[in-house]
Amino acid sequence: MKGALKPEAAAERIPDGSSLLIGGFMGVGTPERMIDALVARQARELTVIANDTANPGRGIGKLITAGAVRRVVTSHIGLNPETQAKMLAGEIAVELVPQGTLIERIRSGGAGLGGVLTPTGLGTEVEEGKRVIEVEGKRFLLELPITADFALIGAHQADYIGNLTYSLTAHNFNPIIALAGRVVIAEAEHYLPVGAIPPDAVKTPGVLVDHLLMRG
Amino acid sequence: MNAKELIARRIAREIAPGALVNLGIGLPSLVARYVPAERGVFFQAENGVIGLGGLPPEGLENPSLTDAGAGFVALVPGAASIDSAMSFALIRGGHVDATVLGGLQVDEAGHLANWMVPGKMVPGMGGAMDLATGAARVIVGMQHSAKGESKIVRRCTLPLTTLRRVDLVVTELAVIEPTDAGLVLRERAPGVSVEAVLAETEAALVVPDEVPEMVLA
Repeated sequence: MKGALKPEAAAERIPDGSSLLIGGFMGVGTPERMIDALVARQARELTVIANDTANPGRGIGKLITAGAVRRVVTSHIGLNPETQAKMLAGEIAVELVPQGTLIERIRSGGAGLGGVLTPTGLGTEVEEGKRVIEVEGKRFLLELPITADFALIGAHQADYIGNLTYSLTAHNFNPIIALAGRVVIAEAEHYLPVGAIPPDAVKTPGVLVDHLLMRG
Repeated sequence: MNAKELIARRIAREIAPGALVNLGIGLPSLVARYVPAERGVFFQAENGVIGLGGLPPEGLENPSLTDAGAGFVALVPGAASIDSAMSFALIRGGHVDATVLGGLQVDEAGHLANWMVPGKMVPGMGGAMDLATGAARVIVGMQHSAKGESKIVRRCTLPLTTLRRVDLVVTELAVIEPTDAGLVLRERAPGVSVEAVLAETEAALVVPDEVPEMVLA
């Protein structure tokens, strides 16, 4: 852990044009104050890689509304009509990826693997342009790894050196994207002294976390 | 009884004791209402929980406890929270015993299309492709027709969700099983004749000598 940052300072470190892995499932587990700071600094031309784009007014939906996003790699935009409208207007490029494939592409990127072989998407539009590889008589799609400039994590608890826990369905993409961002910034609901989180409860080891977002 | 309730109540009888089951959003989510608690079924939501258990008391919702449709939920004893990699390893790896999915079309090969209508509805596939590809059993629950057109078709005209043949299709008119021999009409809804099912179905159906009425949960 290299130090805690105020949200506005964290937003300043994220240049326009950056690629961002952002945690959350329909806004649950999304680092909201980090998002608010990016909107406030009028970030532009971002690539967002995330499960979904939430809905207007929440989580990643705020970045979409603010015009901060140029490209989205995601599994679902059905609950955000603004993402769909901007996609149809050519303002946002959208790459749709099956949810299980998206998380494994991110995991493989963060885990130093050359991609994943999955049966999901075979024989569908998802297969277009991809290599099909046969392993022991079964066919798989080769899906390539994903990494990004930043991973923005929403956590339940963090200790001062960045060990993280997550709550209930707010885990989702968060523990995985912590591996795949070149710079990892975590916003937690609660900050705790080192040692207050039992080792068995740590889901993301602090060695992966570069910065904690200061309380507002 | 409306069509959706009938479909949900018939599918509920397919859910085995102790199974791990994923219900899609919309019509499939109604199935849980008709699966008795004593059957010991665990419902998974792909956003990261095993053991969904109804609604929390009003005003006591936890913002970090939602289902895949982003609605607040509660849990049953024995529930577990998991991340998305674990969630989809369960799905893709065949550890989910059954999934119930909505459908736009199912064809004579048992292929399912349920994720987009080109030029009209492009919501993204979410977890549907993984579920349809990887769950041990895929049950499609959908209305038999939409806007006067049969959704049980000769060949899907909409983009496919998976190449894998689905295991069962339940509509408000019929239970249909895709097999090597084609779509077999297994059951008809109460008061619905075989002829009425055939008249509402674009695809060819294999009709056994006996086509009993559905029994509902």
